[in-house]
Amino acid sequence: MTSVANRAAATGWVLLIFLAWLIAYPLVLVLIEGFRGSHGWTLEYVNLFLQRRNEAQALWGSLWISVVTVALAAVIGVPLAYLFWRYDFPGRRLLGGLVALPAVLPPLVGVIAFLFLYGESGFTSLLVQWLFRLEEPPWRLQGAAAILLVHAYSMYVYFYLFTRAGLASLDGAVFEAAASLGAGRWRTLRRVVFPLLYPALGGGALLTFMTSLASFSAPYIFGGGFRVMTTQIVATRLNGDDQLAMIETTSLTLLALVALWLLRGAREAENPAGGRKGVPPALVPVRSRWLRLALMLLGWVLALVLLLPHLTLLLVSFVPAGTWTTEPLPPAYTWRNYLTLIEDPVRARPLLNSLWLATAATVAAVGIALVAGILSVRRRVLGRTAIQGLLALPWAVPGTVFAIALATAFSVREPLAGRFILVGTLWLLPLAYLVRNLPITSRAVVAGLRALDPSLEEAAASLGAARWRTLRRVTLPLLRPALVAGSSLAFVTAFGDFVTSIMLYTYDTRPISLEILSSLRQSDVGVAAAYGVVLMAVSAAVFAVGADQGSAG
Amino acid sequence: MSGFLQLEDLSKQFDGVVAVDHLSLTLQKGEMLALLGPSGSGKTTTLRLLAGFEVPDAGRVIVEQDDVTGVEPVARRFGMVFQHYALFPHLNVGQNVAFGLESLGVRGEELARRVAAALGLVDLAGFEHRRIGQLSGGQQQRVALARALGPEPRVLLLDEPLSNLDPALRERTRRELRELIHRVGITTVFVTHEQDEAFDLGDRVAVLRAGRLEQVGTPEDLYALPANEFVAEFVGRSSSIGVTVLGPGERGMRVGVEGVEWELTDGATPRLPPGPALMVVRPEALRLLQPAPGAIVGQVTQRRFIGTASLFTILTDGGATLEVSGPPRSVSPGDRVGVMPSRRAGGGIHLFPSRPK
Repeated sequence: MTSVANRAAATGWVLLIFLAWLIAYPLVLVLIEGFRGSHGWTLEYVNLFLQRRNEAQALWGSLWISVVTVALAAVIGVPLAYLFWRYDFPGRRLLGGLVALPAVLPPLVGVIAFLFLYGESGFTSLLVQWLFRLEEPPWRLQGAAAILLVHAYSMYVYFYLFTRAGLASLDGAVFEAAASLGAGRWRTLRRVVFPLLYPALGGGALLTFMTSLASFSAPYIFGGGFRVMTTQIVATRLNGDDQLAMIETTSLTLLALVALWLLRGAREAENPAGGRKGVPPALVPVRSRWLRLALMLLGWVLALVLLLPHLTLLLVSFVPAGTWTTEPLPPAYTWRNYLTLIEDPVRARPLLNSLWLATAATVAAVGIALVAGILSVRRRVLGRTAIQGLLALPWAVPGTVFAIALATAFSVREPLAGRFILVGTLWLLPLAYLVRNLPITSRAVVAGLRALDPSLEEAAASLGAARWRTLRRVTLPLLRPALVAGSSLAFVTAFGDFVTSIMLYTYDTRPISLEILSSLRQSDVGVAAAYGVVLMAVSAAVFAVGADQGSAG
Repeated sequence: MSGFLQLEDLSKQFDGVVAVDHLSLTLQKGEMLALLGPSGSGKTTTLRLLAGFEVPDAGRVIVEQDDVTGVEPVARRFGMVFQHYALFPHLNVGQNVAFGLESLGVRGEELARRVAAALGLVDLAGFEHRRIGQLSGGQQQRVALARALGPEPRVLLLDEPLSNLDPALRERTRRELRELIHRVGITTVFVTHEQDEAFDLGDRVAVLRAGRLEQVGTPEDLYALPANEFVAEFVGRSSSIGVTVLGPGERGMRVGVEGVEWELTDGATPRLPPGPALMVVRPEALRLLQPAPGAIVGQVTQRRFIGTASLFTILTDGGATLEVSGPPRSVSPGDRVGVMPSRRAGGGIHLFPSRPK
């Protein structure tokens, strides 16, 4: 073994131990502590969990909501993707740009936008109430239906993107081949296109299912009496039943892992960001006048539906506190809400917090992902499978679970057991963001490194460039698109995070999402919306930069 | 014996699979050696062992009496042209060529001068500011060559240097490459799976199979005196047929083949003991005639026109398949014909021990 290989192996072990401590260890502690009572081992909390009806209901709720979400998202996303890939119709380009709009809404922001739009005192219900002179709001945005509405809106994008990527890797010649073999349109779809799309559809289904299972904002705000496991865990912990919360956490983790196992084939599906490119078929122009008209109309309705949450948020962000009650449209507008965010130090603080927390977590996640990627893809160190597995784990485990796990692991001072008190300090929240960012960045880095011809680095070596020079002059510049894409996604996720923040924040680290919630509680809808607009704008800007850099490479 | 570059008993395994097996080769200064073999023969691994990207399990690589076996590629000063060139897409042509020179500490005007010189060498003077993506395949290949030659390496390594070019361009590029390398006078090892390329470029050709050296020699030697059945079949066109060695005759070796007796006048390995053997025959060493006594009889199944002659595939009554060259339209598929050794077989017939069953 050369010294280089030795050094790589040693770094690999250090990294493996660090990741095991940060990611696997807290989860194991949660699993164990659920079985520990005041007098040693106990099944007391498991029994409690099994006896309570609402626990089973919450678990069942999580499961069926997720299944239905997958179905809804597929029904919307797949045909839409196909439509854009195959047909030409008026407004195609404009609409194509709008389709991914839900992605720039962080979960909590999307939820409050829906609240302002479709909630009982939202625009649409006020409009209906005003139009028909109703005494009561026409509906209440609550329960499973409300959750599913938000989920369908925000998660169809996954199916759309995966299907687009799957279709993009198809060679348009398959249509010509099928036609020349006498297959009609439906037979081609059923026998050729769909089977070729299975991996992409599986990937979309898995991502949607896992996201829905981990969804917290929608059930938290709209759930009402309807419980899913993520909200149940938070409620239990708020009641002080820590052990029971750990059993609940374990049950949700198991559900997630079982789902992952059942859909394991889909994990192989290609990342929509990368993938091979086929030759797209020529767009089929829609000729029938009525069909064109119908498609155009559908397009405008869709565009409106897609844009309404964003527009609503923007509108509400200009509403002065306490001026808008029952009118269909707010009667007064002001810049004050935005000025408050900048001028009032208490209001400005969460913005700065989210900014530095997300930046620090993203930078760290990219750094770790780079080291891990180079060690496992290029140096192929022993334990690379474990390293990659640990890095992917936080993707499979809901954010709530990790929040509980980190809060459990780092609430005790036992340095010998690798446990320190981080709860209540500045460090726990960035650490949690880091853990949640690792799957995103490491996936991007690994994909980038795999796509990078190793002979480029060998060429640099044979031209006498030492390791650092090769990294700096060749590897990093060529990885830049992947790094930018991964880090922008990671940054946006951390910047808008609500699910882990709500359990781990302190007054000094409170992020934007928590401030949105508290503004909402104080009926300060204008400020809440202004925060939401800032989150949305930053997310959109970061995505735009990411897309720009990504395609420039 | 000591040459400029020596490969001494090199061996390399990957996960228990032997890639290179006790390989020894010696090159003189300025010599151009082709590593020829089918895929999986270990030729690319050999090249990577030379470049230092792989470390051999055993054996040594020696340049000018300097053992470089454990020397990192960075410090080895071997230039390499990769199969897909591995040009840095984010750097322009000049920056690519400068990359290796910068490693040597060359800076400023000296750097610009040497980059220009390297580009001039490959007929790309003035291309410094072009982007890699703007170049044609042939130009990329030449930039890769200029980049590798720029730092004046001790040895030049080429991995399938022409495989990425379209066939029309390949022959011209091959000629230019040979001329350039001889002009520079650099000791060169290149890998190819194409015999034409190996014969055309290589001063000598090393034929590899399953990591082992089967034979090394000039193209003429390999063709006329193949060391074994593999080399005979891999190098040049040939077909093989089972025979029985009967013993020496008046003019050459007597063999029984499909019920007739041939006396092979030249080329045949003389020392085979009587018994079953394998005869490997070049198409031009056979001729077609009417079915007659002393000829193997069979049916023409295929005719391929190759310009000055045609290649005929004959399915003999004994079940063997022979390839025979002849005048373009002498016979047609379906005809029954006889096959005999041509009067001037010219080293085109070889006998080897029977394949072990």
